[in-house]
Amino acid sequence: MLIGLLISIPFVASLLLFALKDRPLLNKKIALAASIFTFGISVAVLIQYLDDPAGYPVFHPDLFHSLGIEFSLGLDGLSALLVMLTTFLVPMIIYSGFGTKTEKRSNFYALILLMEMALIGVFSTTDIILFYIFWEIALIPIFFVSILWGGQNARAITLKFFLYTLVGGLFMLVAIVFLYVKSPGEHSFAFSEFYKEVLDPSAQRWLFLAFFLAFAIKMPIFPFHTWQPDLYFTAPTQGTMLLAGIMLKMGVYGVLRFILPLFPDALDELGLYAILLSVTGIVYASVIAIRQNELKRLIAYSSLAHVGLIAAGLFSRTFYGVEGAMIQMISHGVNIFGLFFCYEIIVRRTGTGEISALGGIAAKAPIFAAFFMVILLGSISLPLTNSFIGEFLLLLGLFEYNGTLAAIAGLTIILSAVYMLWIYQRTMYGAEKESTAGFTDLTRQEMAVLVPVVIIILWIGIYPQLFLGMAEPAVNSILKIH
Amino acid sequence: MLDYIWLVPLFPLIGFLLISFNFRRFKGTSAGIIASLMVFVPFVVSLLLFNEILGGAEARTVELFSWINIRHLSIPFSFLVDRLSVLMLLIVTGVGFLIHVYSIGYMKEDPGFNRFFSYMNLFVFFMLLLVLGSNYLILFIGWEGVGLSSYLLIGFWFKNQDYNNAAKKAFIMNRIGDLGFLLALFLLIQQFGTLNFKEIFAQSSAIPVGSLTITFITLLLFAGAIGKSAQIPLFTWLPDAMAGPTPVSALIHAATMVTAGVYMVARSNLLFVLSPVTMMVISVVGIATALLAGSIAMLQNDIKKILAYSTVSQLGFMFVALGAGAFTGAMFHLTTHAFFKALLFLAAGSVIHALHGEQDIRRMGGLKGKIPVTYWLFLTGSLAIAGLPPFAGFFSKDMILLGAFHTSPVLWVLSVVAALMTAFYMFRLLFLAFWGKPAFQEDAAHPVHESPGSMTLPMALLALLSIIGGLIGVPHVLGGSDRIQAYFAPLFSTSEAAVKHGSEAISVQTELWLMAPVVLILVVILLVYSRYVRNSVGSATEPAGSFLGNLVYRKFYFDELYESMVQKPVAGLSNFLHDVVELKVIDRFVNQTGNLVVWMGKNVRYIQTGNVGAYLFYMVISIILILFFNLFNK
Repeated sequence: MLIGLLISIPFVASLLLFALKDRPLLNKKIALAASIFTFGISVAVLIQYLDDPAGYPVFHPDLFHSLGIEFSLGLDGLSALLVMLTTFLVPMIIYSGFGTKTEKRSNFYALILLMEMALIGVFSTTDIILFYIFWEIALIPIFFVSILWGGQNARAITLKFFLYTLVGGLFMLVAIVFLYVKSPGEHSFAFSEFYKEVLDPSAQRWLFLAFFLAFAIKMPIFPFHTWQPDLYFTAPTQGTMLLAGIMLKMGVYGVLRFILPLFPDALDELGLYAILLSVTGIVYASVIAIRQNELKRLIAYSSLAHVGLIAAGLFSRTFYGVEGAMIQMISHGVNIFGLFFCYEIIVRRTGTGEISALGGIAAKAPIFAAFFMVILLGSISLPLTNSFIGEFLLLLGLFEYNGTLAAIAGLTIILSAVYMLWIYQRTMYGAEKESTAGFTDLTRQEMAVLVPVVIIILWIGIYPQLFLGMAEPAVNSILKIH
Repeated sequence: MLDYIWLVPLFPLIGFLLISFNFRRFKGTSAGIIASLMVFVPFVVSLLLFNEILGGAEARTVELFSWINIRHLSIPFSFLVDRLSVLMLLIVTGVGFLIHVYSIGYMKEDPGFNRFFSYMNLFVFFMLLLVLGSNYLILFIGWEGVGLSSYLLIGFWFKNQDYNNAAKKAFIMNRIGDLGFLLALFLLIQQFGTLNFKEIFAQSSAIPVGSLTITFITLLLFAGAIGKSAQIPLFTWLPDAMAGPTPVSALIHAATMVTAGVYMVARSNLLFVLSPVTMMVISVVGIATALLAGSIAMLQNDIKKILAYSTVSQLGFMFVALGAGAFTGAMFHLTTHAFFKALLFLAAGSVIHALHGEQDIRRMGGLKGKIPVTYWLFLTGSLAIAGLPPFAGFFSKDMILLGAFHTSPVLWVLSVVAALMTAFYMFRLLFLAFWGKPAFQEDAAHPVHESPGSMTLPMALLALLSIIGGLIGVPHVLGGSDRIQAYFAPLFSTSEAAVKHGSEAISVQTELWLMAPVVLILVVILLVYSRYVRNSVGSATEPAGSFLGNLVYRKFYFDELYESMVQKPVAGLSNFLHDVVELKVIDRFVNQTGNLVVWMGKNVRYIQTGNVGAYLFYMVISIILILFFNLFNK
């Protein structure tokens, strides 16, 4: 029942906001309240889940069951982690916009909430048609957010992203229909039925490729990534946060939910190529990041590198690799949000994200500098920060799969230090520039956004067992370890 | 008492948090006093622990909580208190405390005073985790954590981008080694299923000497040590790290952090002795570093740089000892080196303070009479590091030379050469800075002044330790009782015996003969005296234009080499990947695919004419084609 609430609150609030007249101050407060409420519900759901992980909460109203489609939502460890990430980040993303001078119309917040609804749907449904529907619905709000509030060239860039992911989605749809036809007895779209199917290797190969394309574009995995840096750059920062913080996890989730359990034979054959692409992406994106001069683009490439490592861990199909991917999904979501918010703070004050135009901020705003440092350390996986746990497990898993590939992927710990410390040095240290002369330290609102981020970075880094424990049974069932 | 070990790292952590959260509130020197106290309390605790260990207390593992516990992998957050970690505790907290006190005076005028002490406490916290961790991953937390603190402190004066570059370089070079370290951890997990020291070392006794896996593991671990302890080829960050305030150089880049690699290898001695290949590599890298850095130090003119290269060289010595299986010798030298090198750096800081920031020894001279206390302290440190009896360095170096001789006489000869270099560069520094005529301008507003008691007192204590510190390891042949050997016997005796196995024992007579280089050291000091004091070469520009002199003076062009071999190619690759591969290949391909679809759409639409006759025509043609297709397909 609670899950039903979880998905309806953002939906109803979104409709309300679409209907309301433009009163920016009120509207964004409504949006924030709704999203915080949703977060509260999700905590309740989580507690329910932790009490009894085996009989996980399910929401299954008798809406329709023609064609074997059923409206059903349920949470296992994997879903619970991602729903938590979503409901945690959305209020943060909404609140992070409170300090901007330019008020956004109510539609903006309505779209964000609609997005939250779709994301919760994607992560919690147990029916693959619903999964597909939510998957595509999620595309709509971000499309409008980017196009209406985006920067230069937003139309073309957004359209490219839209078409690109749509095409990927269509391949997935064909594969879904095929799986449906193959499902035993009375056909059904329930995940559980799909898991029972025995597919011959040649069918698996094509299905794998179709799903892979959809998820590889979404994450994105090299070389399907070229929409990403441009879109991250042009979209309004809150849109970028949605994209990088939560939306790309849809791809990771898809791999975990469908590719790993459904196509073992195809993975035996083609998994290596997926890993090779992922590992190439890590090095490729890291090396490019080193020479980027625009902060947002640099963060975009760094995200690409980190996601590459997640993908490599996933396709290694080792316990530690997949477990690490789960933890790193959460960590990456929180950290990338933090990084983009730091970017936002800088741009608010200086009007520029060009690294060469910045400098000397640490002397002006020591508190901001300290927060930025912690988030940055989280991104270069220093031990006792969240991403160390994730990357350690990811690399361990990859190492079990192939030592050489792990060594190459491990270059990320060197390269990430190169570009992240470069950012820090050029923006925070050195002499102040014209643009940073009047840099003021954090406001309360900004502090309120950054404190939870830092808490999570340290929490997962110092005491990760709650998260590890939640992920473990999910990994076991995905990899069929008993 | 041993169960309260968690108190030790807790205090500096509290200090760090307290000062950072109130960095605007603490006025005057209060932050420095708090920070010093937060290191002093653990020092007292460490003394009590040490006492208990000496009293025969068993080594103990104290688990705080379960850190990572999934599937077969269990990594507790736990500390190991044994003879090795307690000695390290004493060094870190003891020397650390003295340096904290010294810094109160040294940093008094600095606007970043509070920030400085919060970083210093943070460093001590991580360093304590490093030495206390009971498994490789807790050690790694400290390992990377000290790297972070080092980064923050090297770039402490962050308005200067050169300093920031030095800080970044240190962090990145360390990370290169750390990748090796991480890979070693993965191999350890694969091989042993755990990262706990106890379990790994217990299992290792069943592994035959020369196992390939162990060789890989130990080589990768050593790669980590190369980064952290600044050995060839990853040593160039340490001289640059002198950009940090001098107390930082004393604490982090001389006494403690840089010796972490030595500690780690000593800790893993049971693994390393299983791989003769690795042991040989360590010896070779160690001696090569000792000689290379020693020779560079002979021609440097920056007082801190000389000491930095000296540190690299002395660390090389310690690795020679490790490679020779003389683990006790390595730890012994680590200890005495912590005393005299911290002393030398602090004394150098006192000189720099007196001269208001001057670091070039060519612009010093004649300081002996102006700052006599500092002079005598510096002299003590120099005698100790040069290895003259009865100073601390003599005994620890002697133990290393003995170990080297065990391995090979060639190694012994090279080690002696490196030791002579030490005497050369230290006394060149001493004579140029303190003897001769002043080469600096003293103006009335800024007179050359001796440092206050808060700075000289900690130095005096370190000087005392530099004099008597060696007494814990007086060899039997000199009538001593070699207490450090006995102290470490439970940890190292198995490995040391395994390494010596097969080689014949050294007679008492030979052992005494091996101390003969002491005479050579005296000769070198006299030579240096005649060159720099009697003939006062000091003001002359060095080096002589010879090829070799230039090579050494330019530090063997390592920095230039790295720049042209690594930095520039990577930057070029980065541009190439972005401008060509990304934009011109991949993205163009994606766009062309899109354009193709549009183009097809445009053209295919002409088929859709709305003319029913045409449609019928297409239909008939299609049916015929399908029929034909099926016909031939059968």
